[in-house]
Amino acid sequence: MEEKRTSVINQPVRKKDAMSLVCGKPGYVDDGTPSDCLAVKVLRSPHAHAWIEDINTDIACKVPGIEAVYTYKDVPQKRFTLAGQTYPEASPYDRLILDRRVRFVGDGVAIVAGENEKAVDKALKLIKVTYQVLEPVLDIHQAKDADVLVHPEENWKALCDVGADNQRNLCASGLDEDGNLEEVMDSCDIVLEHTYHTKANQQAMMETFRTYTCIDPYGRLHVISSTQIVFHVRRILANALDIPKSMIRVTKPRIGGGFGAKQSCISEMYPAFVTWKTKKAAKMIFSRKETQTAGSPRHEMEMHVRLGAMKDGTIRAIDLYTLSNTGAYGEHGPTTVGLSGHKSIPLYNSNLEAFRFRYDVVYTNMQAAGAYRGYGATQGLFAVESMVNELASKLGIDPVAIREKNIVREGQKAAAYYNEQMNACALDRCITKAKEMIKWDEKPLAQDMGNGKIRAKGVALAMQGSGISGMDVGSATIKLNDDGFYALSIGAADMGTGCDTILAQIAAECLECSVDDIVVYGADSDSSPYDSGSYASSTTYVTGKAVEKACVELKKRMCRIAAKMMQCDEEELVFDSDGIRTADCSQKVTLGEIAAKSMNGNTEASQVTVTHSSPISPPPFMAGMVELEVDKETGAVELLDYVAVVDCGTPINSNLAKVQTEGGLAQGIGMALYEDVTYSAKGKILEDSFMQYKIPTRLDVCRLRVEFENSYEESGPFGAKSIGEIVINTPSPAIAHAIYNATGVWHRELPITPEKVLMGMLSHEN
Amino acid sequence: MQIVLWINEKKVNAEAAPDMLLIDFLRAQGCSSVKRGCESANCGLCTVFVDEKPVLSCAMLAVRAAGHRVVTLEGLQEEAEGFGAYIADQGAEQCGFCNPGFMMNAIAMFRENPDPTEEEIKEYLAGNLCRCSGYEGQMRGILSYLAYKKEKGAAK
Repeated sequence: MEEKRTSVINQPVRKKDAMSLVCGKPGYVDDGTPSDCLAVKVLRSPHAHAWIEDINTDIACKVPGIEAVYTYKDVPQKRFTLAGQTYPEASPYDRLILDRRVRFVGDGVAIVAGENEKAVDKALKLIKVTYQVLEPVLDIHQAKDADVLVHPEENWKALCDVGADNQRNLCASGLDEDGNLEEVMDSCDIVLEHTYHTKANQQAMMETFRTYTCIDPYGRLHVISSTQIVFHVRRILANALDIPKSMIRVTKPRIGGGFGAKQSCISEMYPAFVTWKTKKAAKMIFSRKETQTAGSPRHEMEMHVRLGAMKDGTIRAIDLYTLSNTGAYGEHGPTTVGLSGHKSIPLYNSNLEAFRFRYDVVYTNMQAAGAYRGYGATQGLFAVESMVNELASKLGIDPVAIREKNIVREGQKAAAYYNEQMNACALDRCITKAKEMIKWDEKPLAQDMGNGKIRAKGVALAMQGSGISGMDVGSATIKLNDDGFYALSIGAADMGTGCDTILAQIAAECLECSVDDIVVYGADSDSSPYDSGSYASSTTYVTGKAVEKACVELKKRMCRIAAKMMQCDEEELVFDSDGIRTADCSQKVTLGEIAAKSMNGNTEASQVTVTHSSPISPPPFMAGMVELEVDKETGAVELLDYVAVVDCGTPINSNLAKVQTEGGLAQGIGMALYEDVTYSAKGKILEDSFMQYKIPTRLDVCRLRVEFENSYEESGPFGAKSIGEIVINTPSPAIAHAIYNATGVWHRELPITPEKVLMGMLSHEN
Repeated sequence: MQIVLWINEKKVNAEAAPDMLLIDFLRAQGCSSVKRGCESANCGLCTVFVDEKPVLSCAMLAVRAAGHRVVTLEGLQEEAEGFGAYIADQGAEQCGFCNPGFMMNAIAMFRENPDPTEEEIKEYLAGNLCRCSGYEGQMRGILSYLAYKKEKGAAK
C-alpha cells in the first residue's frame, strides 16, 4: 500500500551539516587548508589620514623566512571596490590593494609574506615608514564639501549614477519623493521633528575574515575563502590584481558566520596578491582586532525625521533625511542608505499622502563601512519607529493602536517602496498575535515596581526586502544520479543559516523525495551555476525559486529519457516520485533505471540548470514587543520578555526560521544596549576587541518568544519570502520606547547604555 | 622546548616554543575543533579540558600543559554526538564555529552538575559567546537533552 508522502515544507528538518558542526569536525578555511604555506599579514596605518613620503622595506626583507614585502609601489594602479554587488557596482571604484594615501587608522600600508607568523611579525616591525600626516575628516557633518578630500585622486570613478562626487567627499546622494510634502505638512494638526543616530556596529561573526590561496594544476589562482559571494570575489580579485577572471577560481568551505561582513572582499586580496606574485600558497587570518578596525561594519547614520499627522493619529506625511558615513571607502555606501527610507516609510502606507526621502553618503577618515544584516533598514527603522512612538506619546494614543490605524495592508501599492504592490502582508496579524503574547492591553506603559525598578513595555515594527528586484540572480543545477538520488548544485553560500538544507527541502518537495535524497554542493565559481551570492535576504526567495523551477525542468528531462526507454511519446508520461510512468499506469521506469540509462548509450543530459531573478522584492514584516525593567539608581536595563511575530511568507524550515529570528533579536539587543564604536580625537577606534565591544552573552538576552503569522507570496517558492535580515530591526526602537516609558526620556542615539539612561533620568528630574 | 603530555588519551612528545599558546599547539597537533574567536580570552571558543577541568586554551601556554592530560572535542566524539543531536534538532548549531567550545563547556557542566537549573546553565555557559543563535535554541537543546537523560535514568 502506498503511503501519502508528508510535506517537508515548514518542517523542522535538521541541517545537513549539523552533526558535523556540533562534533567539531574540520570544515572551515583554516581547518581544511595546508598550514605549510606563506603566512600573510598587513602593516596598518597608525594615522587616520596620511601620505606615505617614504617606505623602506630593506631590513624587513632580510628577516630570515621572509618571502616578500609589498608596498603601494608594487600593486596595480586601477581602482576597484570590495563590495560584493552585481556588476556594474553601485559602490564607487575607490580602492587600490595598497595606496600611497592612507585613509583610516588600520588602512593597509604594506603586505608581508613569510614562512611563519613569527618572521612576519618581526618584519612588520622593521618596515620604516615616513608619513606626512594630513588633517583627517572625522566629523560626518563637516565631511560634505570639506576642504580636506578623502579621495582627491583623478582615477576614482563611479560606475553608476548614484550622485557621487569625490571632489565633494560624496559617495552618494539622492532624492525620492511622492506627493506634495509641504502642502500636506502644512495641513497636519501636528508636525514632529527629531534627529536619530545609530553607530557603526560590528557583525562580530565568530570566525574572523580569512582566506587561503594557491596556484592550481592549471596555473590558475585558487581562492578558498570564508565568503558569502564566490562570484563577486572572482570579479573583485580580477579587478584588484588586474588579471583575467578566467585565471581565478573561488570556493567557499563552511563559513563561521557572515551577517553581511563577508559580502565584501575584506581579506581575499592580500593573500591572493602574494600567491599571484610568488606562485606560492598563502594564508591570511584576520585577528579580532583587525576585524574590528579594518572590517566592514554597519554604516553609521544620522536620520532627521519630520512626521506630519492628525490629532486622531492619522499619519499623512513623512520626510526623512539620512546622512550616512561610509568611512574611508564606499563599499555598499550608495545602496545601504536607500533602505533607511525605502524600508521604513512604506510601513505607514495606509494614510500616507506624501513622503520625501533625501540622503547624502559621505566619505570620512574612519573605518570603511559595509553590509550588515538589515543593511540600512535597521537604521531607518530605529528613526521612523521611534518617531511613531513619539507621536503616539505626544497625542496620548496607544502606540499599537496608532500603528493599526496606519500600517501598510495586503493589496496596497506603496509609493515609497518602488510602487510595488504588497501581495502578501500579514503585518496586521503579526501585531495582533504579539499583543496577545505579551498581554499588551492588560499592562500599563510603565509601572513603578516599588523596589527601585520601573517596569515598562515598548513596541516596534519592521519590514525588509526579499532579494534585490530585477537585479540579483539565483541559479540551481539539479542532476539525477545513480540509484535515483539527486545532486543539487548552487552558487549561494550557506554561512550557517542553513540554505543548503532549505534549498534541499525545496527540491525534495518538488521531486517528492526525502531531503536525504538531495545532495547539495556549493559554492564554487568554476562549477556552480551563477548566483549573486547569499545577501540581501535573497537565498530562499530567489535561489529557492530557481531550485523549484529547475526541478520542474528536470522532471521533463527525465520524461524525455524515459520516453526513449519505453518507446513512447514523452507527452504521455508523468513523474511519479520514484519513477516515470504512463498516464494510464500501464508502464513505468524507476529513477534508478533512468539514471542507469543516462549513463549508457544516452544523448540526453540528466541534469538541468535554471536561473531565476525576480522583478519584485516582496517584503517580510514583523512586530516586536518588549518588556523590561529600568533600575532607578543605576540606569541598568534588564530585559524581561521579548515577543516577535514574523510574516516571512511560508517558513521553509520552521526550526531555522525560528533560530534566525532569535539570533537577529539578540544582535538587535546588542545594538540597542551595548555595542558601540567610538573614535579617539585622532581617529582611532577604541572598541577594538571583545573586551570593549560587548556583544550579548546568554545572561544579557532575555526570554525570546518567536511566532509566525504566515502570508503566501505567489512569486516565492511555496509562498516563501525572506527572514534573514528583518529580524534585527525591531529591538532598538522597541527598547528605546520602553526606556522612554520607564524614564520619560527619549534616547535618540544608540547604544542606550546605563550611563545614558541614568544621566537622562537625572536631567529629566531637574 | 620538548614537552610530553596526553592529548585525548594519547601520549604526545612534541616541540613547543616557550611563548606558544596551548590553542596553537593543539591545532598544530591536528585538533582543529579548537577555535579562536578573539585574542582576549572573551569568547570561550577555545575551551578544552586540562585534567578534566575546562580551560581557555588561548590563555594558557603550551608548556604549562606538559605532564597533564588535555582533552579536546576530538576525544569526546561519543558525548558530542549524544548531546549534539539535541542541539542539531533545534537548528541551534547555526554557523558552528562556536560549537566546539560550547560543547566542551556544556559537557563539563553535565559532569559537574547533572541536573542544573536554567539559571545555573546560563551562568555556567556565560563565557561561551554565540553570535548566531540568540542562545535560546541552545537552551532548548540542553533542556531536552537533560529531560532525555532523566527519563533514561528513571527507566533504569
